[in-house]
Amino acid sequence: MSVNSQLQNQSQTITSSTKQTPSFFVRWLRLLLKSKTGTIGLIIVLAVTLVAIFAKSLAPHDPNLINPAMMLKPPVWADGGSSAHILGTDNLGRDILSRIIYGSQISLAVGISAVALAGAIGVFVGLIAGYYGGLIDNILMRLVDSFLAIPTILFALVILSIFGPSVTTLIVVLGITNWVQYARLVRGEVLSIKEREFVKAAKSIGVRNNKIIMKHLLPNVISPFIVISTLSVATTIILEASLSFLGLGIQPPTISWGGILSDGRDYIATSWWLAAFPGMAITITVLAIIFLGDWLRDVLDPRANN
Amino acid sequence: MGKFLIRRLLQIIPVLFIISFVVFCLVFVAGDPVALMLPEDASPEDIEQLRESLGLNEPFHIQYFTYMLGLFQLDFGESFRYGQSALPIVLERLPATLELAAASMIVAIVIAIPLGIWSATKKNSPLDLLATGGSVLWKAMPNFWLGIMLILLFSVTLGWFPVSGRGNFSHLVLPALTLGTGIAAEMTRLIRSSMLEILNQDYIRTAKSKGIRDFYVVNKHAFRNALIPVVTITALQTSTVVGGTLITETVFSWPGLGQLLIQAVNTRDMAIVQASVFIIAFFVILMNLLADIIYKLLDPRIKY
Amino acid sequence: MAEALLEIKDLKTYFHTENGVVPSVDGVSFSLKKGETIAIVGESGSGKSVTSLSIMGLIGSPGKIEGGEVLFEGQDLTTMSKRNMRKLRGNDIAMIFQEPLTSLNPLFTVGNQISESIRLHQKASKEEAKIKSIEMLKKVGIPRAEKVYSSYPHLLSGGMRQRVMIAMALSCNPKLLIADEPTTALDVTIQAQILQLMKNLTNENDTSIMLITHDLGVVAEMVDTVIVMYAGQVVEYTDVFTLFKEPKHPYTKGLLDSTPKIHELKDELQSIEGTVPAPGTITQGCKFQTRCTRATAKCFVEEPELKELSSNHKVRCWLHEQEEVAI
Repeated sequence: MSVNSQLQNQSQTITSSTKQTPSFFVRWLRLLLKSKTGTIGLIIVLAVTLVAIFAKSLAPHDPNLINPAMMLKPPVWADGGSSAHILGTDNLGRDILSRIIYGSQISLAVGISAVALAGAIGVFVGLIAGYYGGLIDNILMRLVDSFLAIPTILFALVILSIFGPSVTTLIVVLGITNWVQYARLVRGEVLSIKEREFVKAAKSIGVRNNKIIMKHLLPNVISPFIVISTLSVATTIILEASLSFLGLGIQPPTISWGGILSDGRDYIATSWWLAAFPGMAITITVLAIIFLGDWLRDVLDPRANN
Repeated sequence: MGKFLIRRLLQIIPVLFIISFVVFCLVFVAGDPVALMLPEDASPEDIEQLRESLGLNEPFHIQYFTYMLGLFQLDFGESFRYGQSALPIVLERLPATLELAAASMIVAIVIAIPLGIWSATKKNSPLDLLATGGSVLWKAMPNFWLGIMLILLFSVTLGWFPVSGRGNFSHLVLPALTLGTGIAAEMTRLIRSSMLEILNQDYIRTAKSKGIRDFYVVNKHAFRNALIPVVTITALQTSTVVGGTLITETVFSWPGLGQLLIQAVNTRDMAIVQASVFIIAFFVILMNLLADIIYKLLDPRIKY
Repeated sequence: MAEALLEIKDLKTYFHTENGVVPSVDGVSFSLKKGETIAIVGESGSGKSVTSLSIMGLIGSPGKIEGGEVLFEGQDLTTMSKRNMRKLRGNDIAMIFQEPLTSLNPLFTVGNQISESIRLHQKASKEEAKIKSIEMLKKVGIPRAEKVYSSYPHLLSGGMRQRVMIAMALSCNPKLLIADEPTTALDVTIQAQILQLMKNLTNENDTSIMLITHDLGVVAEMVDTVIVMYAGQVVEYTDVFTLFKEPKHPYTKGLLDSTPKIHELKDELQSIEGTVPAPGTITQGCKFQTRCTRATAKCFVEEPELKELSSNHKVRCWLHEQEEVAI
């Protein structure tokens, strides 16, 4: 350890020991407000969530309303723009802003459900592999390895082409391409708990160790679990958008950001706003989630900090 | 080294076996290509006849056996869309994809190495903040959207580069920038954090205590050490890069493997899908092997 | 009396951390003559390593030399240009570190790392540097020096690596060698050999040594003068005989009591309770107040000065101030 970091540690211990420990929540909030990016991330994530929930009342138009009189109108600030369509309209005269507002529903819903599914599979596999060990562990871990070798998007493409694109298939596909990291996390933790003396002692007097493992697993796994999940939602949103863009994800009339982008791509030469705004929506949302995830990692999981 | 190579090459065989099995299973589950191959008004007898002649009425293990037999002769079956053997079609598209991948890799390396080193040595400087901020932003931007925006700016508005297709160097610029900067974002972050860790090592202090110029301390003593984790992680990300190529090719209508594969997936041309997946997997494995070799060359401590 | 090779005047090195300024070295002064061997003794956290890195100009952010002078042959190193400082480093002033395991770059051969400084400072060609490097390896007692020259550090034992470090440090015949706990990480059996080696090789060229250690046993064997540091300050400064015969500061006494001696077999080794307080935590009175067995009310209020008891004995303690008043 370098002299500098030694010193920093020392000064940190001083301050932390002299400070009074406030309640858990207050401490978190204080840490959050200290981090500018974390605060911005949280605000945007909350905002996007609210937009998704209240899409119906927030959207100025019916997102699927075709209006031939208003085809390819530019955003309000450009020449020919109309204040009725702040971000302009697409080739069928549909309001871009409304479509983006509704698109947030799918992005968040798919992102969160896929991650939840991945988490469930991953935790289950990790528990089984870590708890039983031996052959089962070996087989499951080889499975993990093979999943890492196949490009996620390729895997998703093939599965979607076989079962046909639908929201459910998409969630399942994104879920099963994402579980590996949770399995590794939980398995590692179970293995290390199993090695501890008190578990061995408990076992020697006949206590079944699954109870102990569950009790000690949770506190150790919960922090990295939250961090991984948050960042996974970000990557999953991008993946969903990519698949929808390729035409294998969300199918019309369901609105997704990737889908709007895909529609807009053909009009890039004349009507840039079709492709630009949905992409910005994705970027801003993903960026906010990454900020939030990075902040959560700093707060919850100092070990993973680099 | 020779022994190591042989052993490493032998390890590839079971992996390829597993992949071929997985691919076969997927195709088996995918079910009947016959309906797509015949005209819509084909009679049930015609369908049955075609099924029989394609061996689709055989049980799973017989079909698998036939499939594996074909595989050993590098025969992935016939593409019903192109009406010819799948592998040559796939291989024909390979050079375009490799060209794009290589160009993107060069873009990534040219950006990421200096930027990563620089932002680590000047931690918290404006440039460092720009580099870290940039890499997060690039991570958040969908790659295909970046591509479209580059087309909008450089092709549509400025007219510097062609919108799509493959041809001379100017065709390559935008797709390579799209994919390359995407890879560079992650690589910069990796190099930076790896360098930050290495610069805190005792041997860096030793080097400084010898009076060596900062430039050599950083580029000789630190960078080679920092490269080791970067090589490993980058190799592990080959599959992500391949995924990126698929999408970039679609955006720029780049006539490579990715475009072919996505067409094949859309038309359920399973022979092409199989051959492409197999070739891609083989490529990923090969890259991992290459990374292992580089790793060994970089680090004298590694013994195999 | 020869002019001082190194003279440190009121050196202050502070670290600017998120939680405020930490004065790691707080007004340290001492001097070192040509050929002299001085030891800086103290527990970890006493500021001895930071002192040595300050001399080398290797204090990095968030640390900074805030005041004082480091005069090497009359030139102030704290104000010297980076370029000139680099010329000095490794050439006139060389350093050996505590951990031979991590102090050598794992990716370069031993030979590469030794000849690097020879080529840099003596403008030697590759071949000349190689010859000189192998000669140095032989000098530090490494068998089959040619073979070791082209091997990687991880193949060598800890003792061998420290010999390599010594060869590297002495390869340009430095005037001052700073050794930061050079034997702490080594086996006890090897420690004496390494110290002897350092002593012999530096005697040849009249090199001065600044030895940083927490081990008073090491001090007794090879040092002329001793500086005892505590919480960033010099608390006692005297020659090695006086130190062992009449230690004045309660901290020095504590350190001596906690060192095993062969001559007087004690039943029990004493130890000093507690640890060095983090720099900056004690703002009032003597820094040693929290652990001192003889602290008085005054010690908690007023900070003692480093007081000269005789021409070669200085102590920072109120006890001795009072003695003097009594006389």
